[in-house]
Parts: sequence; C-alpha cells; structure tokens
Amino acid sequence: MDVPLWLLAIIAFGVINFMLISASVLVYAERKVSAYMQNRPGPNRVGPAGFLQPFADVFKLMFKEDVAPRAASPFVHSLAPVIMVVIAMTVPAMIPFARGVVIVDNSVTVLIILALTSVSVYGVTMAGWSSNSKFSLLGGLRSSAQMISYELSMGLAVASVVLLAGSLSVVEIVEDQSVGGAVLGWNVFRNPLGALIFVITAFAETNRAPFDLPEAEQELVGGYHTEYSGMKFGMFFLAEYVNWFVASFVIVTLFFGGYLLPFEPQILAAYPGLEGSVGLGLLQALCLLVKVGFFVFLFLWVRWTLPRFKYNQLMEIGWKVMLPAALVNVLLIAIAVAVFMG
Amino acid sequence: MPADFVPLLLMLVLATGLALTLLLAARWLGPRRANPVKVSTYESGMDPIGTARQRYSVKFYLVAMIFIIFDVEVVFLYPWAVSFQEFLAAGSGVGVLVVVTIFILVLAVGLLYDIKKGGLEFD
Repeated sequence: MDVPLWLLAIIAFGVINFMLISASVLVYAERKVSAYMQNRPGPNRVGPAGFLQPFADVFKLMFKEDVAPRAASPFVHSLAPVIMVVIAMTVPAMIPFARGVVIVDNSVTVLIILALTSVSVYGVTMAGWSSNSKFSLLGGLRSSAQMISYELSMGLAVASVVLLAGSLSVVEIVEDQSVGGAVLGWNVFRNPLGALIFVITAFAETNRAPFDLPEAEQELVGGYHTEYSGMKFGMFFLAEYVNWFVASFVIVTLFFGGYLLPFEPQILAAYPGLEGSVGLGLLQALCLLVKVGFFVFLFLWVRWTLPRFKYNQLMEIGWKVMLPAALVNVLLIAIAVAVFMG
Repeated sequence: MPADFVPLLLMLVLATGLALTLLLAARWLGPRRANPVKVSTYESGMDPIGTARQRYSVKFYLVAMIFIIFDVEVVFLYPWAVSFQEFLAAGSGVGVLVVVTIFILVLAVGLLYDIKKGGLEFD
C-alpha cells in the first residue's frame, strides 16, 4: 500500500480507458460472432473487416440530439445513465490483474463489489420510472425484480467462496486458489455448484440472454431505455458492455483462479528466474485475459443457443431453484471446510 | 484503515468524471431542435394514452419485501463465513455450524411458506 496516489490515479485512468476500448471491441466482437453464428457477414464496411464500426457508432451517438420526453423527470432521467456508467467503471478497480496489480486492495473488496452491483438496480429502476413511458416502466420493474431475485443467489455463491478463503479480500481469495498445486485449487473444482450458480446469476445480473427480459425487444421495445437517445442511450449501452466484461472478470477471479497460471508452481519450479519478475506479471495478466475471453465468448454462445425465459419461469428459477440450491451449497461447503480443514 | 478506501474514492471520482463528460459533451455537441412530436412519450406511434404513473402489480412489492428479508440473511452469513475457519481452529466449529444450519432452516421454512402461499407466482 505504499504506491503514491498520483501513480494510482494514472493506473485508474488507464483501467477506465482500457474498459472503454474493451467495450468497443466487445460490441464489435458481439456483432461479428453473432453474425457468424447466423451465417451472415456482420459489420464489414468501416475499417478493416468492420473493426472500426463501434468507434464510428460512438461518434455518431455523440453528435445525436439528446431527446428526452416532455413528461419525463429531467434530473432523474439524466442521473440514471450516470449511475450505470459509474458503477460499471468502478467495479474493475477491485479486480487484481496480476499478482500485486490492483487499484483497491483492502479487507472487504468482495463486499464492495457486491454493494456496487446492487446499486446498479437503482439506475435501472430510475431510468424506467423517470421516463414516464409505459414500456420503460414495465422494463424497469421487471429488470429490478429480476436483478434483486438473482442477487440473493449471487450473494450466497460468493459466501461459499468466502467460506473457503476465510477472507473478504479479492486478492486473498485469488491467492487462496493456489493451494493444491496445478488447477485443482481453483474454486470451480472445490466449489462446482457455487461456480454454476454464480455464472447463472452473473448472466441474470447483467441482463444478458437468456435473462434479457428487461429489454425484450419484441414485447417491450427497449425496456428501461426506451426513452433514451443519443449519448444517454450510449451510456446505457456502454455500461451494459462493460458490465458484461466485468462480470466475466469477476467470474474468473472468484472461481477460475483469477490471474493464476494453470500449473503455476510447476512453471515456477522449472523457471526459477520467473519468480517475482515483470515477465510473470505479464503472463498472469495474459492468462487472466484468456480466461476472461472464454467467458465473454460463453455469454455470446449462450445468447444464440438458449431462447429467452418467460417472466414466471425466470422468477421460478430464481426463487425455487437457485436460492435453495445456493443455501444448500453454503452448508455443503461449510461441512466440507469443517471436514477437510478442521 | 480509511486510507485503504482512498483508491476506491479515486476510482469513483474518475468514473463520475467520465460519466459527466459524456453527458455534457453530448449536450454540447448534439443539435437541439425539439418539436412536440419528438418530445412526446413513445407509445408505438400512437398518441400516448394517459401517463405511465399508474398502479402496477403488487407482486413487485412482494418480491422486494422478500428480497429484503433474504438479503439480510445473506448479510448475516458473511461474518460467519469469514470467521468459520477461525472457529474451527478454536475447536468450536461444529457448534457454530449447527447454529448456522438452524438459522438457514428457519429462513428456508419462511421461503417454503411464501412459495406455498403463492407469493412468488407470476402467471
């Protein structure tokens, strides 16, 4: 914790810019991968193979007129996208990108992540209510009910991870997964049910398919951001893609060893010079990105594989399957901890 | 200890700065040519009928209330989860586990009651 504040500010600025650029790349990736899955070319006009399309879209959104309905509450209408962007951009501060490379490192970083993700429910609800449009209101209500329902199971899945690590610090949770050598210490192997629950709830919390009811285009037009246009809509869009990316980061960090290399102890034994070097840090960051890339792809894969749930099915899964399963999982992990570590 | 949270504050300030920049830049760069049709509420091309400030299903309130109860439960579980290994090391692990199991069972009964009462039916 002896990093000077100006250096932290530069790193934080860098992380925010990284997230912004990643969001653009993700938009491109989503459109291109979706296109190939549907056997069509996708964006291919702007830049090489359409790669600059999302950047062009950002400029287009910037220069669009910001139309707000007369009936809307202007302040809340503007506040909602700000909340979404702030939350989406703050969560990556708690993610360690390599050993010792993290912006916020204290004893309760997991709680901060959970607290911030629950605040984004406010953004959605405020957007839905303040627009004073029926589509927005329905989308916002549905979305907030969905997000709070799955937040419980998410919190319990995280509690099972905390049980294993005995700490609320993300960094310590990652380091805790290095026990057992190779990859067997990763929480996905020690806590498979928890990992499954967490991945499913992450889909629901980010409002991605098959849980994308809040913006079910066919029935709700655009859900809670029906009445948003120009850059305000762009901010919701940005927050959605950053959330998707950050959710993948959180999944990897809590359950798939975070920045830990697979077989890290063996690699370090074979190349002792690597220990504590910059090269190891770069390898770890690369490894983290590869794992995150897989989950980013998984989100798309699921999107084009599963149809959207009906609303009653969604609530039924959340309350009657996920919540009891998460409760049982916490007890199972507690018993396992008592048996193997007690 | 508060020093540990300064980086978080820094990140929040930077993120807020980004959000406000985007908001104000859009306001400054974009054209502003409002007309009555443009600023009317979207209702699939029809003239809007009434406002959206109407009553909606009470189910959403029910879900919110049940959420509060179970969320508090999850919050209660966190201190236990953090210190469970210390309890085990101190030799009182089994007793603590039994107590937590009873706590979870009590709330599971509540959940079961709510399900049987139909508080979570959305048909």
